Amino acid sequence: MVEGYLASTFKEALKILNEKDVIIYAGGTDLMVKNKNEASLLPKFSKDLLYLGNLSELKEIKEYDSDIKIGAACTLSSLLRVESIPEVLKKAIRNIASPAIRNVGTIGGNICNASPAGDTLPILYALEAKLKLVNINSSREVNINDFILGPGKIILNDNEILESIVIEKSNFNKIYYEKIGARKASAISKISFVALAEVSNQKIKDIRIAIGSVGPKIVRVKDGEDILIGRELKDIENLISKVKKVYSEKIIPINDQRSTSIYRKTVALRLIQYFLNIELEKLEGGNSNE
Amino acid sequence: MSKTITLKINNKIITTEENSTKRLLDFLREDMDITGPKEGCGEGECGACAVIIDKDLINSCLVTIGSAEGKDITTVEGLKGTNQFDVLEKCFAEAGAVQCGFCTPGMIMAAHALLSKISKPTEDDVREGISGNLCRCTGYNMIINAILMAAKRGDGLW
Repeated sequence: MVEGYLASTFKEALKILNEKDVIIYAGGTDLMVKNKNEASLLPKFSKDLLYLGNLSELKEIKEYDSDIKIGAACTLSSLLRVESIPEVLKKAIRNIASPAIRNVGTIGGNICNASPAGDTLPILYALEAKLKLVNINSSREVNINDFILGPGKIILNDNEILESIVIEKSNFNKIYYEKIGARKASAISKISFVALAEVSNQKIKDIRIAIGSVGPKIVRVKDGEDILIGRELKDIENLISKVKKVYSEKIIPINDQRSTSIYRKTVALRLIQYFLNIELEKLEGGNSNE
Repeated sequence: MSKTITLKINNKIITTEENSTKRLLDFLREDMDITGPKEGCGEGECGACAVIIDKDLINSCLVTIGSAEGKDITTVEGLKGTNQFDVLEKCFAEAGAVQCGFCTPGMIMAAHALLSKISKPTEDDVREGISGNLCRCTGYNMIINAILMAAKRGDGLW
């Protein structure tokens, strides 16, 4: 019968993981749904569980001069209470599920579940988050973009745990986030959209656009961003059709129970246009940590 | 994992040798005979099974007892007898916030968790606080009125 391992330290957890074939269980909100069974029967886990949700080493948030390090087992709710967490990430988290889910679900779980509709993912792609993966002997750091291969597919080895997420501090002063879902609470995204820009002296110094639920992975198009970087705001109007064309080639959504391909693509392109036309002009001042 | 799991349920220390992957909801209802938490959807959408674990509102259908080891769990039965429950009970009754009653234990726990964090909530706070709890009878307005009423009458209790 399937059992559970409760490690008292992170080191112990790594040791168990090295020796046994287990499923890593942090908050469990995705796993419990995936392995749901009839009422009053045990969930259908195929392997033993390794519980990480209570490890204090994985629940720390540390602020450094140039970046913020978030423990992978921090619950989504706990991030909302920390000042140094970028406001745009908090915005996305407030739109995830419901309070009771956010109180258990972890940021590491949202990443490792690797759903195309994972709502923290577009933000983490746009902020170019780095993930620290640790096994009993060593550790490595990878970009989130390289970590996720496709729906539910990640490069985490069997003996590795996602220990923390590192986000560089940034100077984005134009921030826009939109989640399109069937209702406000407990909705899985039809589209999630984030755009960040650093604008000074009417010039775009940096811009990042990431879109979720429109493909197997989060869509971020460097070629599209490069068209805009270094340009003056007044030139944007003339560049929009070119930008939309680049994105149009890269956004290839699917039809599913939540939405259609055509809807997703149309809305994604319009959100890009809306951000460039309206929000960039409108949002004066502020910064990513406001 | 050692064979025994220790939980604090409604202020009582409970040790069990049940399988650690058992859902907390099933453990409460079947092993403990605590039937306040209900199974609605079994996947975290409806909040009928919501309990408070270490001060946070959590759906007991999404938690294994192994992951709740050492934690302090309160169900609506544990809340009963407190001054806060008295106020919530009266306000829910007066506002007509209970019809079939299936969602009520979850709603009471969500209301208590909300008021413990925000003692003077706005209507938006209340809507957000119960956003993970479904009710198919009341249309929610009566429940929202009940919680706002409880915040006012229970001033200082939370």
